[in-house]
Amino acid sequence: MAQLPKGEPAPSDGRITKLFDSAQHSFHAYVHIPYCLTRCGYCDFNTYTASELANHRRDEYFEYVLKEISFSREVLAASEVIARPISTVFFGGGTPTLLAADDLIQILQGLRSTFGISPEAEITTEANPDSVDESYLEKLFEAGFNRISFGMQSAVPEVLKVLERTHNPENVEKNVAIAKRIGFQTSVDLIYGTPGESLADWKKSLQVATSLETDHISAYSLIVEPGTKLNRQIESGQISPPDEDLHAQMYEMVEQVLVEAGFRNYEVSNWARGVDSRSKHNMAYWQSQDWWGYGPGAHSHIAGNRFWNVKHPAAYAERISQAISPALERELVDSDNRVVEKVMLELRLVDGVDVQWLRSQGLAGPKIVAELIADELIEGASAISGRMTLTPKGRLLADAVIRKVLEF
Amino acid sequence: MSPRAKTALEPAKTNPELIRNFCIIAHIDHGKSTLADRMLQLTGVVDDRSMRAQYLDRMDIERERGITIKSQAVRMPWELDGQTYALNMIDTPGHVDFTYEVSRSLAACEGAVLLVDAAQGIEAQTLANLYLALENDLTIIPVLNKIDLPAAQPEKYAEELAELIGGKPEDCLKVSGKTGVGVDQLLDVIIRTVPNPVGDPNAPARAMIFDSVYDTYRGVVTYVRMVDGSLSAREKITMLSTKAVHELLEIGVSSPEPEPTKGLGVGEVGYLITGVKDVRQSKVGDTVTTSLKPATTALKGYSEPKPMVFSGIYPIDGSDYPNLREALDKLKLSDASLVYEPETSVALGFGFRCGFLGLLHLEIITERLEREFGLDLIATAPSVVYEVTLDDKKEVTVTNPSEYPVGKISKVLEPIVRATILSPKDYVGTIMELCQSRRGNMLDMQYFGTDRVQLRYDMPLAEIVFDFFDNLKSRTQGYASLDYEENGLSEGDLVKVDILLQGEQVDAFSAIVHREKAYAYGVMMTSKLRELIPRQQFEVPIQAAVGARIIARETIRAMRKDVLAKCYGGDISRKRKLLEKQKEGKKRMKMVGRVEVPQEAFIAALSSDTEKKGEKKGK
Repeated sequence: MAQLPKGEPAPSDGRITKLFDSAQHSFHAYVHIPYCLTRCGYCDFNTYTASELANHRRDEYFEYVLKEISFSREVLAASEVIARPISTVFFGGGTPTLLAADDLIQILQGLRSTFGISPEAEITTEANPDSVDESYLEKLFEAGFNRISFGMQSAVPEVLKVLERTHNPENVEKNVAIAKRIGFQTSVDLIYGTPGESLADWKKSLQVATSLETDHISAYSLIVEPGTKLNRQIESGQISPPDEDLHAQMYEMVEQVLVEAGFRNYEVSNWARGVDSRSKHNMAYWQSQDWWGYGPGAHSHIAGNRFWNVKHPAAYAERISQAISPALERELVDSDNRVVEKVMLELRLVDGVDVQWLRSQGLAGPKIVAELIADELIEGASAISGRMTLTPKGRLLADAVIRKVLEF
Repeated sequence: MSPRAKTALEPAKTNPELIRNFCIIAHIDHGKSTLADRMLQLTGVVDDRSMRAQYLDRMDIERERGITIKSQAVRMPWELDGQTYALNMIDTPGHVDFTYEVSRSLAACEGAVLLVDAAQGIEAQTLANLYLALENDLTIIPVLNKIDLPAAQPEKYAEELAELIGGKPEDCLKVSGKTGVGVDQLLDVIIRTVPNPVGDPNAPARAMIFDSVYDTYRGVVTYVRMVDGSLSAREKITMLSTKAVHELLEIGVSSPEPEPTKGLGVGEVGYLITGVKDVRQSKVGDTVTTSLKPATTALKGYSEPKPMVFSGIYPIDGSDYPNLREALDKLKLSDASLVYEPETSVALGFGFRCGFLGLLHLEIITERLEREFGLDLIATAPSVVYEVTLDDKKEVTVTNPSEYPVGKISKVLEPIVRATILSPKDYVGTIMELCQSRRGNMLDMQYFGTDRVQLRYDMPLAEIVFDFFDNLKSRTQGYASLDYEENGLSEGDLVKVDILLQGEQVDAFSAIVHREKAYAYGVMMTSKLRELIPRQQFEVPIQAAVGARIIARETIRAMRKDVLAKCYGGDISRKRKLLEKQKEGKKRMKMVGRVEVPQEAFIAALSSDTEKKGEKKGK
């Protein structure tokens, strides 16, 4: 499973060391649901199957989260961080929809009663196409949820099999249609570059995905994470490793197909039909807003503090029961590192980064900008008018551009 | 068996007639150090408790490789027919790179034990050293070692030895250094057959330096063989070559730990300590005399060591440059044959051009630098010394391919060596093929016994320097042995091949090769680099060129993808740390134009798979 980053120990009272006043930043909530029916071979998320969690009651999980919500309110007050109504809520996992709809709704109500939720807030949950049905989705909608992100990954059964995704592809189509009919904004997640997947396979998945007429599509190249079953299969030679050149071709294909279908890329791996259908929650991450992440292994970012909770659900439950902060470690992001993060995150966005601002940070001298333009990694016209934005080629080499701009 | 001597003879007063000075000539691995161990035990100078394997080999590297780099002398008492004698065993370095040191060690002896592995027979280096011993008029005692091995064929190799040095096969002693069998008889035979040293006790003192060792605590320890007169403690001595005067702080013999004595007399072997800190002030082959009553004529045979092989040595971490300088300065204290001067490479930064006696010497020095001084180093491909004459008659000495002159060259001279290869006869064909392909010129071929052959070739040293030995070993399943000695200069049809990355020349990869091999070198190097250099955001051509002419080309395709797919809330810290790590990693990158080349690529490209330098344990 993915390792947590390395930080300094977080204070046991959870207190935040305000590095700056973030009152002007919006406030967001992430809720982690650490459960899955089965573990997929490529996945390194902080999630557990029932058999991995003996003596653990999923049906009590929401109560711990509710306790963390009250705790977070106290911490913010004690740390003199001004409370703001929540702008977006995102339930992720794991598989949030493995919990009863009422459990998710209880958590949402807890957030609402504690902080207040803006009337126009985006409230999303991830969903496994197999674990929801019409009544489940209706319940969520009534309670205020307004966006569903389905884990589709692929429309090709062979590819799903390599990924060890067990869902029935037909359920994606069915449940997206239901969600839309109810009134949800919809999105699907796709994965490309799975070992064995051909360009034709990928094209097929894209065609199916666009035919669903969702508002939003995310497409990620498969990352072989250390510690996953897939990684072991590749290292032992059972499965051939992903081909980065093929990934590049597939990326070019997704850009082309989605643009033709009316989508516009707004972040390296994300496309939306219009500005309004972008994921506001994810935009908050990329624009370094404040958010609290609830649940085991969840990450928070408040006023220059990044902190993350203990990973294991049992350890999390233990801390919450004893009224100890579930935060394991933290990192105080100083102003230099805030510049690094801003470049690292915002260069990936369609609007890019303001060139004058980069200059004010001593970055992106004329020679570097000119070279990036010459190498067709950033848009020349845009750079001249003051924004550094990536070309499609630059998106594929975004990390190289970021290093160059930061002079790393 | 002769008993251990009850009391050893007192140094400085020993009658030369009771002294025997001998050395052991043997191939690496034929058991010289083990035999020496048994002698130390048998004569009682090292008791069983403090015995350790290969007692005389001081450095770890020596013990690990089973070779002796620095020789030493040990004085051992032994009794024969009721008379006690003093035996001085002078341990000789066993490798071709140290021929000069071997010759000085031999010059300190009257006899030599020719030690041959009874399972393997004589090898080329042993022949070379035997040749030197015969030149020095030493009495040779043929001995077959390892007779305890099941594979031993003592009769066969006794015949081979008899044929080689004259005499009867049955005169050949058979011993086992491992079990000790026959070692006491050997000591007896040494006393009976090796002539005692002869000198004039009343003449001005003359002692020949046959070894000079740097000791961290005591400074330079100089090993000498007294020829005429005597030396005594607290006396002022003069080095005849430099006229430098030193005070003798200590004089003594090793047995094998140093034991101070009142002095050294005719024929004796011992050590001197003067407090000097640099072996260059105490040169092997030089003559030591007293300042009070100096000798006027030096003992013959002294010559300055001359480096044959050059390599650029660079620290991987540029900030280690001062440490490398310091380490070389320290090694120089104990190794007069090491030469170096600062050098700059566009690709590798600041380093030193170092000159070595040969490939093994190069390998030992780089290994010591890494091991004893904790340095991470890159060594460029070894090069020999070229004498280049330009059309305008100007002459240039080139020890670094990147200094090869551009412009009209009228003549290039390269060093030639005379190589002696000894091998079972089955491999003659493949050896001849190899030597042919390395521009070898066969001189003669000679059979030893029924199944072994000696081949002699004149060959450019540059060809030997470039993975010849490994090739020889692999073609002969490890059975062939090689020795070579300098044999002048010869004109060669040579060109410099440059390697270009995106049009930029990479100096570290330039090589001077025979015109006919330029293409092969170009193809080898460009394809290797294509594998080693990571893809960049742009296409990178790799070219090999002779002058302006491109002779080989490869292309590194542009990298098309370098982006993390997901960067959400929990990924941000990790991602930033990854960037920081990449920033650190970039410090290990060398920029060639716009191309980032990892240090590892340089190291890998410079150390070819087959290019394991120097002599390794065979079989």
